[in-house]
Amino acid sequence: MQDKNSSYNKNRFDLKSITHTSGFSSFTSALMAIFLGLIFGFIVMLVAMPENSLAGFQYVVFGGLNRIGDVFYFATPILMTGLAVGFAFKMGLFNIGASGQYTMGMFFAIYVGFMWDLPSNIHWIVAILAGMLGGMIWGFIPGIFKAILNVNEVITSIMFNYIGMYLVDMIIQGSSVMYISTKTRTNYLPASVQIPSLGISGSNVNFGIIFAIVIGIILYIVLQKTTFGYELKATGFNKHASEYAGMKGKTNIIITMIIAGGLAGLGGAFAILAPSAIAGSSMTYEPINIIAANGFNGIAVALLGNSHPIGIIFSSVFISHIQRGGTLASLVGYKPEIIDVVIAVIIYFSAFAMIMNSALARFIKKRVDKKHAAMETKEGEAVQSDLDEVSDNGREEAE
Amino acid sequence: MENYIVEMLNITKIFPGIIANDDITLKLKKGEIHALLGENGAGKSTLMSVLFGLYQPEKGEIRKNGEIVKINNPNDANALGIGMVHQHFKLVEIFTVLENIILGVEPNKMGFLQKKEAREKVVELSERYGLMVNPDALIEEITVGMQQRVEILKMLYRDNEILIFDEPTAVLTPQEIKELLQIMKGFAKEGKSILFITHKLNEIMEVADRCTVLRKGKYIGTVDVKDTTKEELSKMMVGRDISFSVDKEENKPGEIVLSVKNLSVASKIHKNNAVKNVSFHVRRGEIVCLAGIDGNGQTEFVNALTGLDKVSSGSIALCGKDITKAPIRQRSVMGMSHIPEDRHKHGLVLDYKLEENLVLQRYWQPEFQKGGFIKFDAVRKYAENLIENYDIRSGQGPITLARSMSGGNQQKAIIAREIDKEHELLVAVQPTRGLDVGAIEYVHKQLVARRDAGKAVFLVSLELEEVMNVSDRILVMYEGEIVGELDPKTTTVQELGLYMSGAKRDMVKEINDAG
Repeated sequence: MQDKNSSYNKNRFDLKSITHTSGFSSFTSALMAIFLGLIFGFIVMLVAMPENSLAGFQYVVFGGLNRIGDVFYFATPILMTGLAVGFAFKMGLFNIGASGQYTMGMFFAIYVGFMWDLPSNIHWIVAILAGMLGGMIWGFIPGIFKAILNVNEVITSIMFNYIGMYLVDMIIQGSSVMYISTKTRTNYLPASVQIPSLGISGSNVNFGIIFAIVIGIILYIVLQKTTFGYELKATGFNKHASEYAGMKGKTNIIITMIIAGGLAGLGGAFAILAPSAIAGSSMTYEPINIIAANGFNGIAVALLGNSHPIGIIFSSVFISHIQRGGTLASLVGYKPEIIDVVIAVIIYFSAFAMIMNSALARFIKKRVDKKHAAMETKEGEAVQSDLDEVSDNGREEAE
Repeated sequence: MENYIVEMLNITKIFPGIIANDDITLKLKKGEIHALLGENGAGKSTLMSVLFGLYQPEKGEIRKNGEIVKINNPNDANALGIGMVHQHFKLVEIFTVLENIILGVEPNKMGFLQKKEAREKVVELSERYGLMVNPDALIEEITVGMQQRVEILKMLYRDNEILIFDEPTAVLTPQEIKELLQIMKGFAKEGKSILFITHKLNEIMEVADRCTVLRKGKYIGTVDVKDTTKEELSKMMVGRDISFSVDKEENKPGEIVLSVKNLSVASKIHKNNAVKNVSFHVRRGEIVCLAGIDGNGQTEFVNALTGLDKVSSGSIALCGKDITKAPIRQRSVMGMSHIPEDRHKHGLVLDYKLEENLVLQRYWQPEFQKGGFIKFDAVRKYAENLIENYDIRSGQGPITLARSMSGGNQQKAIIAREIDKEHELLVAVQPTRGLDVGAIEYVHKQLVARRDAGKAVFLVSLELEEVMNVSDRILVMYEGEIVGELDPKTTTVQELGLYMSGAKRDMVKEINDAG
């Protein structure tokens, strides 16, 4: 009897400690999302071209491993935009304007690259900082509209995606230094403004990814350990309670949007200032009136990473990984759009899997509890104290 | 063999982590008023939801007139003649009374609504039972008491014979409560059977024939009300003796802590002021209670007092310093503690841990942060201290999510936080709302202890019993004005009720002078 009782307690404790840690549950739900997404992706590939589906799927899943440098290179900008979306989301702001902030950051970096003549050891650093500033400005404006006039940040930041994009395209097209009209792209940036390469042959991976990861870790510390992070999350969870506790909600909205914008701006700078594997060239920007896809991919990255800075680091690398794999799938005849479908499905399931996950946890718990309920009726008062504690927890649900 | 209209036999309902109903049996006789008594979380609402078809029990059966029935959803319940007035009304705000009553059972000819027919039936019912309503008024424009009458008419319109009332008196004035209890008695006389959920013992003593008591999901017993006493019932409910009167000594008012002068606050709903020209003082060592029926400007007044909303005219001073325009943080630093009306909306960040909630007002103080970094070990220590001193119970101590705590313990956490913070004035807004008798006793003791420690306590309450027992001075608010100042020792509940319903008022000027 005594043994049974203690094992019962232990069992319950284990279950609690597993299902109750939010980190674990978001991790499992992300894994589940990826798993379901891949299965669905495979089905899509099967339908599109049955004979090559296995080979193609293999490329999608494992192809990126052979191009690890490229995976990290392409992960850099979406990691930054992912942080930009996720960080704002922690405060309950939906920063859909990462694209505009990203484009602005890119433009500021390009501008410093072409127009400022600085020593090569600091030129690229100044360009990166300029990119951050550009993004900050584009985050600040929706932030101030939200804080002072209570204009929904989704609307303003969507508008600022367009405003930023057209503005940048217009300025670049109007400058003969920056723009080569015959090739409809920007000129090659000077080597002094390119971020030092990490030296992995055949890829453009550079110090940008290291900066990005460090920034992600810093954000994690800010969110978890500082009073600012405490206020930010409190506001995100419950705006009214944060107001009641005397937090300066409006100021925090503006600061959060500035930081988010700066993050996306850095993403733009990292993307455009990456070194080129071909000597004498550089990354270029095509002012062709298209909103930067990396901004929207950031939303996907943030969702898959559950808005958690560390989660976002991993989700950006993962998404970059299957994107690389997807381009390789074209070797066996798949269109690159297929891989976009697969990624979209993964994102879709990441929202869906959160629900699945909690439903699964409830199901397991219910079964275990039922078993114990039967046990309790036999044991009577022996487990009464334990029950009391549990009923305290579950009270809200019961009422 | 007695004649039961409804029998719920050995009902067991399990939620994840909790057995909400554990082998409960409840038998309802035809034509009786049967009270269902229990603390918060005892499983009363769950049991009624099972009967109404909202939940399916894991075990047990329901019989009507001796035959086993299966109730899968509220429509099944309706077909069996079971109707329910929910604690939070289920009405469409922008529909008229008539439209709400016929909602779901609209009389129609080929899809065209036959309102005339419906209106006749509604008017006939409302006259027969004395449930006065205006069929064409919009729900959002009528009082809570009238909304309840609409809910009752909904049941009658559907020819229900088993009526469930889920804490119907919580939102009513004393006069309205009296009327409601009369109406319930009338139903019983007509042969309708009533299940009456409540935790107010006086009402049970007044109308109920029998009473079933639940505690922590378990069946404790069913008693004949005429053979029992309030004390006995409360002991069954809580499992220990409870004192109903609040023990307190004579108060010794000191200097003025809070002074409100000619305060007006704009309404967010209509163009007029919600609070009109209110003036009063609160002194050290006294509990001043603002009484009134919900929606008479108390919320707006408290929001202005605590800084959540702007004042349109007038002034507020705390310890002699003007705080009319001070930000919330400054008011808090100057000595205002605030137990908010809505603990989920304002009082707690539900997704934060208990310890994080306990420093919600103080996280920025040097004790808990250094250079912008929160000292989590200091927070933990402080939280453990408060948890012990204020007996806050939770599953995992300081790291419990506030969301998973019971309402009573959430409130204890807020009280601990607000009382432990340095303060001169404690503003407590409906601090016992939704709590069971044990927790209410605790809250009242804490309020009196604050008073005896020489603090000023400003209590806003809708509960008459609380107003009469706890306060040293009563201010009654009606339609945004203070219409009377009463001494709880010399006034009666009836008189207080008259002031609250606006039937009686003193000259406002007199009060200003007296205050």
